Amino acid sequence: MLRLLTTILLACSLSCTASAHESSFTPKLDIGKGGKCVEDEATMRSHHYELIRHQRDETTRKGIRGGKYSLADCVDCHASKKNNSVLGSSENFCQGCHEYAAVKPDCFECHSSKPRKAAGGVK
Amino acid sequence: MSEINNDRRQFMGKALAMAGIAIAPGVMLYDVKAGNDGKPASSKVRWGMLIDSNQCKEGCDDCVTACSTENGLSGGKKSTDSQWIRKVELKDMRSGRSLNLPMMCQHCEQPPCVDVCPTQASFKRADGIVLVDKHRCIGCRYCMMACPYKARSFVHEELHDQNPEVPRGKGTVESCTLCVHRVDRGESPACMEACAKAGHNAILFGDLNDPESEISKRIRTVATSQIRADLGLNPGIRYQGM
Amino acid sequence: MPTPESLRYKNKLYYLLLAAGGLVALAGLYAVHMMEEHGHIISGMNNQIVWGLPHVFAIFLIVAASGVLNVASIGSVFGKAVYKARAPLASLLSIAMLSGGLTVLMLDLGRPDRIIVAATNYNSTSVFAWNVVLYSGMFSLVIVYLWTMMERRMHVWSKPAGFAVFAWRFVLTTGTGLIFAFLTARQAYGSALLPPMFIVLSFAWGLAVFHLVQTTIYAWNEKTLDPAILRRKKNLLGVFVIASLYMVAVYHMTNLYFAHQVAFENFILHEGGTYTMMFWIGYVLFGNAVPLGLIYAPGLGDTRCVMMASALVVLGGFAFLYVFIIGGQAFPLNIFPGYVASSSFGDGQIAHYEPSIYEIMLGFGGLAIAFIITTVSVRVLNFMPQDKAYIAD
Ligand code: SF4
Ligand code: SF4
Repeated sequence: MLRLLTTILLACSLSCTASAHESSFTPKLDIGKGGKCVEDEATMRSHHYELIRHQRDETTRKGIRGGKYSLADCVDCHASKKNNSVLGSSENFCQGCHEYAAVKPDCFECHSSKPRKAAGGVK
Repeated sequence: MSEINNDRRQFMGKALAMAGIAIAPGVMLYDVKAGNDGKPASSKVRWGMLIDSNQCKEGCDDCVTACSTENGLSGGKKSTDSQWIRKVELKDMRSGRSLNLPMMCQHCEQPPCVDVCPTQASFKRADGIVLVDKHRCIGCRYCMMACPYKARSFVHEELHDQNPEVPRGKGTVESCTLCVHRVDRGESPACMEACAKAGHNAILFGDLNDPESEISKRIRTVATSQIRADLGLNPGIRYQGM
Repeated sequence: MPTPESLRYKNKLYYLLLAAGGLVALAGLYAVHMMEEHGHIISGMNNQIVWGLPHVFAIFLIVAASGVLNVASIGSVFGKAVYKARAPLASLLSIAMLSGGLTVLMLDLGRPDRIIVAATNYNSTSVFAWNVVLYSGMFSLVIVYLWTMMERRMHVWSKPAGFAVFAWRFVLTTGTGLIFAFLTARQAYGSALLPPMFIVLSFAWGLAVFHLVQTTIYAWNEKTLDPAILRRKKNLLGVFVIASLYMVAVYHMTNLYFAHQVAFENFILHEGGTYTMMFWIGYVLFGNAVPLGLIYAPGLGDTRCVMMASALVVLGGFAFLYVFIIGGQAFPLNIFPGYVASSSFGDGQIAHYEPSIYEIMLGFGGLAIAFIITTVSVRVLNFMPQDKAYIAD
């Protein structure tokens, strides 16, 4: 039963990301500071979740720090200059695309949506 | 006793691992390099603390405040607020002697919280730090029932403006991380720093496995104890002056 | 023969009952929605009382779900015809209560949306994780068992299926007891007596629920239960009630024997305010003494008395679990033996707990789910116990 559910959910999320990737229409996004990303755009668009998820397990559970697919790094580069966040409106980087793809990101229930320096942390 | 416990644990582990395998569907992970310079936490290290209750000053709660600031806790004291570290006032029932000390997750070597967690969200890092993987925690609170030190808190409300280095969120359980984000940078936990700054030096952090570390030397030379040592969990936090 | 009017009236009543059940279940769902929206802050639970009223409901339902199968086991394992005729109804009740209980347990989680994680990251040392297997296994087993009983050509399998259910049920209740028995650091729990105690309690609670439902079904169908059968089952209930009272007494007595537990027992049995009241008046008096009187006192013991006794046993069960689960957490954990402790985190203090309306709604929502499953199934399928004629006359 659970496995069936997992499969259905997985299938749903896959089809969601796939449609976001293939469609020529993309939402208008405030990419913040931007600059050169850790992978090319297409890879990031379709695989960013697998990348950060893999590193998330390595960092949380094994204590491997300094990996290149860090969610905090994403936020540092892509927080909007207007509200200093990746969330807030459908123009903000994470929220905008996820609204468009209709996939709810769970990251920011726990993770900060603001860049490190502004929140007073040390890089 | 703790050996027996170990055997029991291993036996249970083996006996039920099969059930586990049967249940877990294959999870495919994207194959990428772990990180540029990242090395995993080493099992050669065992992080721990030595707390000297003689040095701990009554009424001072600088460690508690520092913890809240560092980890983005509200610092509130309601029964639904998270408290990773608390000051406990103690009075010996026989002699009437009073003492006080800070209490937090004891980073047990045999952590009951890890044993009972149904999802392996509670886990012990190779270097002995016990953490909650909030990506997995389902918020069942069984670990809070199992912890003999009442070290854990459940996040009862939605949170905003977390410290980017200390993710925490509603519906999951949390506890002292030994400031793992600082330790991984080579710094010491915030409470120790604050205690030293206040001039009390009641908290000493270090590697219990390294015979040359200051904490190991101190443990060799002065009488220290573990709280509820009778439970055989071998906590990484030791106390002096109890 | 029922008249057309009475049939129409009953039809209406049936839908009314169903609607009422649905409404309560909906209220439960609303409570879940609110708790997910606002977090557990709107419940009465806190960092000291981490398991509250939802767990009382859930554990009652799960324990009773296993106990009610006793009726089926006596039939199929020990081959008693009277019980065999009741095995389908008992199985149905088991499934219904298990569904209700598990729903409450699951929806009270901090992150119920992540329940799949529990299956993909299985921790083989966790009693909780074992219970996930035990519950789902029992669910499927009972369904298979029901099928073997209701499908004529599967009848041959009904005995082995009955045996499997019989064995599984013991393991399951043991597992429920172990959830607490493994909490060795807590004074209230961590006792090897808990699994057997829960098994005996499950017998009493399960049979009481069975009586309630059976009597209702008989009344609904305007039939009367054969007095001989009633007498037997009522005596069985009496025995179970005495046995569970005995187990609970032993549990508290052994605690009193260990010096470090005396303070805790003093709290529950003597100075615990609400908890003490609930224990003595709710559980001992109304949950055991009065039902025993209703069952055994000369001149009593008719259908109405047994019904009354069963209802009281159920209420007593809730009182017992409230004291056991919440009272057990309210008493401060003994972290510093030999010291008087105080802190901002409730060290050395009796913890405060007041269930909120949302927890109550969630708990009753679970009951409503069990109720709906039972009512609908009893109507669409034939769960009426079919006693052989020679017993009936
Ligand atoms: S003190 Fe409690 S939370 Fe910390 S490792 Fe031990 S059991 Fe786990
Ligand atoms: S609350 Fe979270 S960390 Fe604790 S036992 Fe449950 S899943 Fe594990």
